[in-house]
Amino acid sequence: MPKKLLSHWITAKNRSDLINLALLALLLLVVLPLALDIFRLNLVGKYLTFAFVAVGLVLCWGYGGILSLGQGIFFGLGGYCMAMFLKLEASDPVSTAIQSTPGIPDFMDWNQIKALPWFWEPFHSFSFTLIAVLILPTLFAYLIGVAMFKRRVGGVYFAIITQAIALILTVLIVGQQGLTGGINGITDLKTLLGWDIRTNSARYILYYINAALLLGGIVFSRWLLSSKLGLLLVALRDKEERVRFSGYDVANLKIFTFCVAALFSAVGGAMFTLQVGFMSPSFVGIVPSIEMVIFTAVGGRLSLIGAVYGALLVNFGKSYFSETFADLWLYLMGALFIGVVLFLPNGLAGLFREPRQTWLLIKHTALMLVAKLRPARLRPEGK
Amino acid sequence: MSTESQHRTRHTRISIFIIASFLCIGSLLTFARVEAAGPPTAQVNTTGLAVTDTTVTVGDLHSATGTMAISEIGSIQAELLAIDQINAAGGILGRKIEVIKEDGASDWPNFAEKARKLLVKDKVAAVFGCWTSASRKAVLPVFEKENGLLYYPTFYEGLEQSKNVIYTGQEATQQIIAGLDWVTKTKGAKTFFLIGSDYIWPRTSNKIARKHIENVLHGKVVGEEYYPLGTTNFRSLINKAKLAKPDVIYSIVVGGSNVSWFKQLKAADITGDKWTLLTISTTEDEVKGIGGESVLNFYSAMKYFQTLKNPNNEKFVAAFKAKYGADSVIGDVTQAAYLGPWLWKAAVEKAGSFDVDKVVAASPGIELSSAPEGYVKVHANHHLWSKLRIGRWRRRCCCEIYRYHRRRSVNHG
Repeated sequence: MPKKLLSHWITAKNRSDLINLALLALLLLVVLPLALDIFRLNLVGKYLTFAFVAVGLVLCWGYGGILSLGQGIFFGLGGYCMAMFLKLEASDPVSTAIQSTPGIPDFMDWNQIKALPWFWEPFHSFSFTLIAVLILPTLFAYLIGVAMFKRRVGGVYFAIITQAIALILTVLIVGQQGLTGGINGITDLKTLLGWDIRTNSARYILYYINAALLLGGIVFSRWLLSSKLGLLLVALRDKEERVRFSGYDVANLKIFTFCVAALFSAVGGAMFTLQVGFMSPSFVGIVPSIEMVIFTAVGGRLSLIGAVYGALLVNFGKSYFSETFADLWLYLMGALFIGVVLFLPNGLAGLFREPRQTWLLIKHTALMLVAKLRPARLRPEGK
Repeated sequence: MSTESQHRTRHTRISIFIIASFLCIGSLLTFARVEAAGPPTAQVNTTGLAVTDTTVTVGDLHSATGTMAISEIGSIQAELLAIDQINAAGGILGRKIEVIKEDGASDWPNFAEKARKLLVKDKVAAVFGCWTSASRKAVLPVFEKENGLLYYPTFYEGLEQSKNVIYTGQEATQQIIAGLDWVTKTKGAKTFFLIGSDYIWPRTSNKIARKHIENVLHGKVVGEEYYPLGTTNFRSLINKAKLAKPDVIYSIVVGGSNVSWFKQLKAADITGDKWTLLTISTTEDEVKGIGGESVLNFYSAMKYFQTLKNPNNEKFVAAFKAKYGADSVIGDVTQAAYLGPWLWKAAVEKAGSFDVDKVVAASPGIELSSAPEGYVKVHANHHLWSKLRIGRWRRRCCCEIYRYHRRRSVNHG
C-alpha cells in the first residue's frame, strides 16, 4: 500500500498537493513551534483540534455532498470519553477526601450522588478509553447513517436532523448534570496516567502528537480520495441516481464517509480535552457545529489542506480580534465571513488554485457594489 | 480612506506637540509622585507581575458579548468605576491601576483561554471577573495552576473555597437560610414550591432550601421544577403551582427567562397581593427588563438593593449614574463587583506588596466600612461577612427594603 500511495503522490497532478502538504508540515512542525511561545502554541494546538473536524467535513461535505451540521456531536463524544478518563484519574480518594463521598468526581458530589454511575466505571481503564474515543462516535455515526441514508434521507433534511441530534445531546448533557457535569462541563483535569498535562513540556509533546495525527489524517484522506472510493464520492455528489443505477450501494458509501468524518472529529475532540484541560457542552451544540462548517468553508471545502488553514485562520482571528478589539471583534469576524462568501466561493484554497478567477470575481463584485451604491441620477441612462 | 489619512497627517504635527508637552509635565509629576509615595518595585513585586514604578496592571474578564452580557456589563461598569476612583485618589502603593479588558463572550472555554492569557502573557496582579458558576469553574484550575488572584462578584452555590479566589457575592447558605426563616416567621409559610433554571446554582440552592425547610422549619416542599436556561414558556409550570397552592413560590429563575416568567405569572393572575413569591435571583437589572408591574409586591432576598439608605450607597449610586447615565440601575452583583478593587486595594496595602501569596495572606480580616451595602469583612474562608435583606418590589422598579438579618459567611467546603 505505501508504494501505491507513493505512486499516487508522484503523478504530476498531485505534485502540487505534495508540496502543499510539505509546506503545511513545515509550518506546523517547525515554524510555529519556533516562532511562538508555549502559550500561543497551545492555542494553535487547540485550533488544530478543530482542523480534524474540518478535514472530516471536506471528505463528507466537499466531496461526498453530505452536509452535516452536527459534527459537534462526535467532537463532543470523543472529548467527553477522554475527559471522563482524566476526571476519574483526578478524583482519586486522597485528593477528594473533603467530599462527602470521596473517590467520585466533584460535580457528582455536589449533586448528592453517592456512587459512581455504571457507565463511568469502564473509563478507569486507559485502553478502554482509547477504544471508546475511536469506536463510540463512529458507531453513533453509523447508526445515524443507517437510519438516514438507507431511507434515502439526504440534503437539507439530513443537515436538519444532524442539527437536531446535536441539540438533543446538549440538552441531555446539561439536564443530567449529576452524571455529566451539566453546563459546566468536566473541568479541572490534571494528569494522564500520572503525567501532568498542564506543564509546558507536556503541552509541547501533546502539540506534536496532535499535529502528527492531523497530518496522518490528511494523508489518509488524500489516499482515500485518490482511490476508487474518492471518484465514486464525487460522482455521488454530482449525480446520485446515476451511481445508484450503475449498481453501487449509495447508502453504504455515504455511511462510510460519514463515519470517517465522525472518527476524525472524535480524535479532534479527545486531543482538545488533553490540550485544553476540559470539555463542556458548548462544543456539542448547534453553534459550534455550524462554526466547524464555517472553518471548512473558509479554508475551501474541496481542499483538505485548505481546511486546516481555515480552522487556523478563523480561530486565530477570534482570539486576536477579541484580544485587540474587545468591543467590536464580533463585527470583524462577521466581516471575515462575508468577505469569504463574497469573494472566495472556494475558500482560501480557491485563492491559490485559481488566483485569476478570484481576482476577476473580486473586481466584478466591487464594480457591482460601486454601481449599486452610486446615486441613481449618476447612473448611465437606459436599462 | 485616503482623505482620512491626509487628515491625519495634517493633525499629526499638532498632536505630537501637544503629546510631547504633556509627556514633559506628566513625567515631572509622576517622578515627583514616585519619590513621594511608592515603595520601589523590587520590593512590592517579587514574582514578576506587571508592576512598574508608576503602574500596576489588572485584568477584567467578563462577557461583554453573548447571552450573559446583559447581566455582566453592570459588573464591568462597577469594577471600572472603582478602579477610576482608586486612581483618582492616588492609586495603590503609589501606582496607577491599568486595566486589560478581555471578553469571555458567554463561552466558558473562552474564559479559560482568556484567563490564561491574562495570567501568563500579561502577568496581571489581579483579575476582576466571571459571573456564572460555569465560567468560574472553567477558570478555577487556571488560577490555581498559575497562582493568580480572582475577585468573583456573583451570588453562587457555595461548596467551594479556593486560595486564589475572593468571593465578594454571597454563597447559597448566606442568601437562602435567612430568607426562608424570614418568610416562615412573618408570613407563617408552611408549604413551598421550588423553581429554578437548570444548572448548578439553582439546583444546589434548592437542595439547601429543601433541607432547611424540611429539617429546621418543619415545612413541606410541594413541588420542585427546573427549566433550561433561556426558557420562555412557563405556563404548565404555573398551572402546577396553582394546583399545589403553596404558601410560598421560591424562584431561582436566571437571566432572560425572568421576563417571560414574571409576565406569565401576572397573566395567570399570580400577583403579589394574593401570593407570596420569594426570589434570590431577580435583581434591579432583571426588573428593568421585566417591568415593575409584573413583580409588584413580590420579594427578593439580596444583600444589596439600589434604594439602600446610607451615605456610602448614596455616594456610590450618584457616582455610578454620573458615569453611566441617569437611567442605569445597580443590582446586587454590580455592587459586589464594585467591592472587588477596593478589597484588593486594602489587602495590597496591608501586605505592602502585590505578590499574590502575600495579598491572599493579608486578605482575611480586611474590613471595608465604605461599602455601599454597609460594613463588610473578609472571612478566613475568602467569603464576606454580610447582611441579607428582604426587599419588596414597587411599581417603579425599586425595592422597598423590609427587613435584614445579619449572617456570617458560612461555607461547607
